[in-house]
Amino acid sequence: MLRARIEIKLKKGVVDPEGKNIVKALHLLHFNEVKEAGVAKVIELLLDEEDVDRAKERAEEMCKKLLANPVINEYSISIEHVH
Amino acid sequence: MEGTNCEYESYLAFKELGTSPEYVHIKELEKGKKKIDDYHCIFLPGGFSAGDYIRAGAIFAARLKANLLRELKKFVENGYVMAGICNGFQILIEMGFLPALNGISDEPEACLATNDSCRFECRPTLIRHEKSECKITRNIPYGKISMIPVAHAEGKIVFKDEEYAEEVNEKQVVFRYVDDKGNLAGYPWNPNGSYGNIAGICNDEGNILGMMPHPERAFHEWQQPDWKSNDGKEIFEGIVKYIEEKW
Repeated sequence: MLRARIEIKLKKGVVDPEGKNIVKALHLLHFNEVKEAGVAKVIELLLDEEDVDRAKERAEEMCKKLLANPVINEYSISIEHVH
Repeated sequence: MEGTNCEYESYLAFKELGTSPEYVHIKELEKGKKKIDDYHCIFLPGGFSAGDYIRAGAIFAARLKANLLRELKKFVENGYVMAGICNGFQILIEMGFLPALNGISDEPEACLATNDSCRFECRPTLIRHEKSECKITRNIPYGKISMIPVAHAEGKIVFKDEEYAEEVNEKQVVFRYVDDKGNLAGYPWNPNGSYGNIAGICNDEGNILGMMPHPERAFHEWQQPDWKSNDGKEIFEGIVKYIEEKW
């Protein structure tokens, strides 16, 4: 079995209202050193697959078909063995 | 599908205009119990399909594309109407059926992203009807300002690049958010920070309409805060008129 860890975040330049709100909230709690916050989503998938390259290829396809919108998102995929 | 929640008002709106609307669940289409060809219009109502997980509309769109893409493409190529309100608009964008500047795209070319306010904006908005290719809103005078409510957290339209955005902005914008004088204005008039104050767009052929405001919630005067206007009705009337004239 393999585990795919897919991190999806907003592309550089896309406004991140959630990140901005987090900065504001942290400043209100006196964490004034915080200058920027970026919110990302992590999706972990347990795959009935042994071939790492094939798993990566399939995960890439999943991102294109559903998990990411290329207009605002970028993503990275890492694959690890599960024992 | 599960999470859609504006189907009842939308159904009643079409019913009151003398048509024969039907509720169609996505599973009925997937299993072949109902056929797309039997209809003149596919109306995707608002709501939170599949819980808005991943991105609003993404799961509904992926299912439609996986099982019904060929039929849906044929449907719109034949000139039939597809309209999506709020979550329905998000679905059409995720499917690549809108903006469809150069025809239906395999990948989304726009996105309805999180509102700049990072809030769920639920209130009346003023929208101005713009001159465009849209064939199903021709009954509404250009420049007319309508009061129609929004209710969304993800309604800020962004496009894949500036050139593409400019072209859509020039040709395919059907409604823009305006202030009480009819001018483009920022928040709160523009509830989400949309590019060009865009509230609704059509495809290049003008038979697919997507918009964030909910016309089914402004169909009767008593649904509106002023108890006077029922501007949403015109949008349903436009769809019915187009279909009646064409078929």
